[in-house]
Amino acid sequence: MFISYQFIVFLVSVLILYYLVPKKLQWIFLLIANFVFYMYADIRYPIFLVITTAVVYTAARIIETYENVKINKSIKKKKKFIMMTALFIVLGILICVKYTNFIIRNFNICLIRTGHESIPFVDFVIPMGISFYTFQAIAYLLDVYWGRCKAQKNFLKFLLFMSFFPQLIQGPINRYNDMSESLYERHDFRWDRIRFGLERILWGYFKKLVIADRAGIAVSALAESRESYTGIYVIAGMIFYAVQLYADFTGGIDITIGIAESMGISMKENFIRPFFSKNIAEYWRRWHISMGTWFKDYVFYPCGISRPVKKITIFCKRHFGMVVARRAAVYISSIIVWIATGIWHGAEWRFVVWGLLNGIIILISEELTPLYHMFHKKFSGLSDTVFYRGFQIIRTCFLMSCLRLFDVYGSVKNTFKQFFSIFTGFTYKKFGLQGLEGLGLLPADYIILFCGVIIMFLVSTINRNGNIREKLLNKPYVVKYIIFTGMLFAIVLFGTYGRGYDAAQFIYNRF
Amino acid sequence: MYTAGKIIKAGLSITIFILLIAAAQRLVQPKYADELIEGNFTAEYYNETTDHDVIIIGDCEVYENIDPIYLWEHYGITGYIRGNAQQLAWQSYYMLEDTLRYEIPKVVIYNVQALMYDEPQKEEYNRMTLDGMKWSKTKYEAIKASMCNNESMLEYIFPVFRYHSRIMHISKEDLKYYFKRKKVTNNGYYMRIDVLPVSESDVADMSWLVGDTDAEKDEIIDPWADIETEEEENEISLPEGNAEEKLGNLSMEYLDKIRNLCEENGIKLILIKAPSLAPVWYDSYDKQIVMYSRKYNLRYINFYELLEETGIDYETDTYDGGLHMNRNGADKISEYLGDVLSREYEVKDHRNDMTYDKVYEQKRQFYYEMIDEQKKEIEQYGRVKNY
Repeated sequence: MFISYQFIVFLVSVLILYYLVPKKLQWIFLLIANFVFYMYADIRYPIFLVITTAVVYTAARIIETYENVKINKSIKKKKKFIMMTALFIVLGILICVKYTNFIIRNFNICLIRTGHESIPFVDFVIPMGISFYTFQAIAYLLDVYWGRCKAQKNFLKFLLFMSFFPQLIQGPINRYNDMSESLYERHDFRWDRIRFGLERILWGYFKKLVIADRAGIAVSALAESRESYTGIYVIAGMIFYAVQLYADFTGGIDITIGIAESMGISMKENFIRPFFSKNIAEYWRRWHISMGTWFKDYVFYPCGISRPVKKITIFCKRHFGMVVARRAAVYISSIIVWIATGIWHGAEWRFVVWGLLNGIIILISEELTPLYHMFHKKFSGLSDTVFYRGFQIIRTCFLMSCLRLFDVYGSVKNTFKQFFSIFTGFTYKKFGLQGLEGLGLLPADYIILFCGVIIMFLVSTINRNGNIREKLLNKPYVVKYIIFTGMLFAIVLFGTYGRGYDAAQFIYNRF
Repeated sequence: MYTAGKIIKAGLSITIFILLIAAAQRLVQPKYADELIEGNFTAEYYNETTDHDVIIIGDCEVYENIDPIYLWEHYGITGYIRGNAQQLAWQSYYMLEDTLRYEIPKVVIYNVQALMYDEPQKEEYNRMTLDGMKWSKTKYEAIKASMCNNESMLEYIFPVFRYHSRIMHISKEDLKYYFKRKKVTNNGYYMRIDVLPVSESDVADMSWLVGDTDAEKDEIIDPWADIETEEEENEISLPEGNAEEKLGNLSMEYLDKIRNLCEENGIKLILIKAPSLAPVWYDSYDKQIVMYSRKYNLRYINFYELLEETGIDYETDTYDGGLHMNRNGADKISEYLGDVLSREYEVKDHRNDMTYDKVYEQKRQFYYEMIDEQKKEIEQYGRVKNY
């Protein structure tokens, strides 16, 4: 969606008009723009969005009417009932459109095995961004329910928060409290704001078009011909996919944040140099942060203090002691969170397995913490060395890359098969014979990819010690101009977009 | 407040950026100079310095089968072919409209083959036809009418978006012809002098046209003999087979537009069908054109019916096994057309006209140099290589 010409034309028009309309109408204009965008994608999409918004808006408003009422059991019950009803409806819509066929598919397996006829699949339209806006809606609903935020009185303003067009494509999952103020306030045209936003958008396009989509060509080739690309090629696939996913996802978020920034709307960062993480738990605190914190705030904590989990904890305390009881709540909540995280990524078993494995690795890592401490005590000073920190980063990258193979190979079976071929079919000779030529990339593509990764690495490194854009601000105009123009040039010339050029197609076949 | 300095700085920055993008765009755009030349035809027209009495529009059946230099040498007729690879009916209409922005010819010849297509066919051919056209409302309309489903107007306005991936394939040709296009045609005529007889090629089956050869008599039975020509009966008999094949409705609408445009500008329109062996020109197509030409009192010349009269021999007059004529064949068709144009349409002989003399002398020189170069290539490589 981000990479269509129509989107760019739409974006430029929205930006220009946003600052041309009277300031008090800016938010209304933005709301209209959101719906134009959404309806252009599919005329049916807004129906789902409006229903979810209306349900949550109404529930939140009703819940808030109890704010000044003396809280008693009955009020508490009513509040809970309203919250649960709204939650049930919005989650119901999400499950219905996104997961019905997944449920039917699994149900059919049972039916066929027991000699019954299978149920036909349903053809539901899956609205773009439904997972993102549903999670935003739930977060808002629960925040109002818990008294963490005030309910929005104006339905259209709340609809604007839910439908803000850049976030409907790749997220992030924004919180109402973080975004609402800047979303509704009036914004003057400020060149520095526009420039900052455009820089970020360009950087996002650079990552998406020059790096991610180029790496994606190799990933597709490796996945499509997985029978011939085993062993060392699986490792190559891990690297290519790590580059593709990072550049694509962070690129998309850069574009989203950049668009918001150019309109004066603030959004929280969704990635903080995740590939510099020293363990998987840290990785998940740096990768897709809005999703991680959402699950932590709205699934993990509520789950941990829920009545069933409390009962289990008490049971464990009685029968197995405090050590097990303390872990029970964490374990149960973690596994639920990770299964949910997996299924949120897609309605397939491979995502469930992927989520579970993430959770298991994190829990094992937690359990091994005393061992690590012992190790570091014995080899004091080692953990402070660059070598050891490097080892931790590479280890985390490798583990995450292994897990990402579920995404590359499309099924649990294929993923395990390919993964084990690293150990059973690893040979450099094969790599020497086949090389990287068959992966659909030219030697020049590899050079561009390599340079792109180096640039991403450098930018990431510079960002560690302060925002690179702030630093650029103090550089001479010529330097800024060269960087800006160079980036645009790189996108236009080296970007992987359009139909490509196949000279053979231009040869008139004379018929 | 914006100071003058800031405005100058911004203006300069934008100008430099536009220049750089334009330079990059020129670099990545195909040059259509050596091995692949068909995308160069449209733009070449704008280098013309004199008017033309005859404008020929259509697809490859005009730019490979009619020789304007022959028309000049033998009849003193100034003609130009505005044809391109699979130039569709609407493209021919806009090509004519574009031409009329520069000159009003006396006669327009339109080859009817492309009327069989009723929708855009291939993006690449669209690009080869339209990229070279100068920007105007006509070009915009031509693009709009021609775009396939997944094409974008933006890619026509900024071709760098379409061809950017050629940056990975930049060749010597791109650098050599960066500043100046290579002239590849003779007034729009793509000349080939080599020969590939039908009998030595399998690209075209000529039985649909000339029937089965009688091996014993070694003669060709012409099934078109039963179709009456204009000079014969008014009634035409429907030939057997393929009666259901119809020319495209949209294409016929554009033929109407071409006809109207000619009428509005006092131009005489001639319809022709070149004698190419593929694609098959169904009898039903021909009947439609015959009826159309009668209805609007247009001259229609079907060269399939004139094989004997023109002397076209598919063993010597084609360079690609019957799809298109080589110079021999093109000259035979041009001879026939030249005679019709000068005799029936009274197109002037300009050979003694000083205005054209020098220009056409240069054109002739280029023409014969091209013939010599092709001869050399045939001697050296056994085939024509760079044309």
